[in-house]
Amino acid sequence: MIDVRHLHRVFRTKKSTVTAVNDVSFTVERGEIFGFLGPNGAGKTTTIGMLCTLLRPTSGTAILNGFDIVKQPHYVRKSIGLVFQDPSLDERLTARENLEFHARLYRLPKNLARERIDRMLEMVELVSRQDDIVKNFSGGMKRRLEIARGLIHHPRILFLDEPTLGLDPQTRCCIWDYIHQLQREEQVTIFLTTHYMEEAEHCRHIAVMDYGALIGLDTPAGLKKTVGEDRITMTTVHVKQATAYLAARGLSPLGVRGREVVFEVQNGEAFLPAFVKEAPFDMLTINLTRPTLEDVFLRMTGRTLRGEGDPVGVARSGRRR
Amino acid sequence: MSDARDPAPLPSPAAPDMVSSRWLDDLAGVYTIWLREVRKFWRDKPRIIGATVQPALFLLLLGTGIGQGIPRAFGVEPAARQFAPGVPDYLTYIYPGIIAMTLLFTSVFSALSIIWDREIGFLKEVMVAPISRSAVAIGKTLGGSTVAMLQGCLMLLFAPFLHVTLSWGTMLALLPLLLYVSFSLTAMGIAAAARMRSMQGFTVIMNFLTLPMFFLSGAMFPIDGLPRWMTVLVTLNPLTYGVDALRSVVIGFHHYGVLQDLLVMGVFGAAMLGLAVRGFESHE
Repeated sequence: MIDVRHLHRVFRTKKSTVTAVNDVSFTVERGEIFGFLGPNGAGKTTTIGMLCTLLRPTSGTAILNGFDIVKQPHYVRKSIGLVFQDPSLDERLTARENLEFHARLYRLPKNLARERIDRMLEMVELVSRQDDIVKNFSGGMKRRLEIARGLIHHPRILFLDEPTLGLDPQTRCCIWDYIHQLQREEQVTIFLTTHYMEEAEHCRHIAVMDYGALIGLDTPAGLKKTVGEDRITMTTVHVKQATAYLAARGLSPLGVRGREVVFEVQNGEAFLPAFVKEAPFDMLTINLTRPTLEDVFLRMTGRTLRGEGDPVGVARSGRRR
Repeated sequence: MSDARDPAPLPSPAAPDMVSSRWLDDLAGVYTIWLREVRKFWRDKPRIIGATVQPALFLLLLGTGIGQGIPRAFGVEPAARQFAPGVPDYLTYIYPGIIAMTLLFTSVFSALSIIWDREIGFLKEVMVAPISRSAVAIGKTLGGSTVAMLQGCLMLLFAPFLHVTLSWGTMLALLPLLLYVSFSLTAMGIAAAARMRSMQGFTVIMNFLTLPMFFLSGAMFPIDGLPRWMTVLVTLNPLTYGVDALRSVVIGFHHYGVLQDLLVMGVFGAAMLGLAVRGFESHE
């Protein structure tokens, strides 16, 4: 559905040349939720900008829904829907007018447009506010309206750039319900960036970007495997006995500190009950931790997702264009 | 409700209906953008009132002051002679010029909406829509010029107070003329706005441009007998021809002739529209 081929983008200013996206290639299958992760300034927004034809690639291209973003931008635009990171509604029009404007731009027949607008308003629970000026809407309402707008023309691919940024947990949850519903019922391919690790778990595949390059692409589970196994931290007074027992079973402890013994196993949830039952020594506590995407991210980029340090602001310079 | 959904099969890259519809896509885009501009103008009553009061002040205060005060102070009896047939006094003379001023200011102000759209992020919504960049530029220009034309029409309400009688035929001829003049002025504003990032920058540049354009257009004074350097600037100023055309139709007095006026405005408008389209095409 999305086939990215050696996408490259350089920003030139008078003082410097910044490679925002460096030879990125990947594919996204039809109907999947694809997550695009990376610290601030990694080049995510620039990549999305190129995929949705707002920015021209310096070299390389991508095929979306069978259309080339460089040679056939018109048809790419017809195939995609976008929910931007920054608001992009006309605040002086009503909610319904914003949707009508969009339907007209995409040349939906009047009846069909009315029908879909009604349905979308229902879906995002804005029916009662449809004739109010958008200016007075809350952040969550605006975002919901933008999602509704991005869907009216039935795009085959929906880009969601930080769709839940700055929203309260309840609204975030709601929006995720819509996203799943869409993917299920309409087989829309969803391409999203997010800062929330819990949200990345929803994705079938995740691509990780840093300094303009793709540094990892796998399923969430696959990515976690690269960080390590499930980790078990056990405290016991019989440390010696415990380490011997573990060693005999090929589970060499990663570390022993005082009463604490740490070791790694595969499939910790299944391992734990049997282990506790069979171990010939008493334990005080036992604790299972599994690698999170946050760990993956930290390992791959050396930074947390919430962005310690915004390197040069590469994406930011791209965002305003 | 949920059964009403159509499965919307994917058009293949070569689907002829999708390819042949490009032109219609652009047409729909122009119409949609135009409609938004006009609707927002209509909704913004304070703006309409403000844009009517300002030229009215020019007419009433500046027109009366210069028309009555200056001749008396400098020793020429007012109304000592008629300037031209059908132009009984100064106020009548500048009336078409003030209409042109209204068109100029409204047109340029409309172009500001592009920068506003960029600021609120709405421009992106338009830029990712399946319409060409030229359609965006043309839609914006048509929208802005329609708004300026409507504002210009409001100026016609002053006619009875200025001893100007407008027949229905004249009014009918005025509508396309107002639109024509507005179109080239709006295109000028759009061409500039497509290249500007900030509201302040645009306002400063436009003030630098619109005020000299207005002063050098012959809106406020006759343009023969001026010093050489000024004559050159007046001749180069496209608005001069817009004012001349309006004056010709509204009070029947002209310097160049309507045909030449229309030609110059047309060439200027086409060039500006070209620049506006170019500005959007290179837009990222």
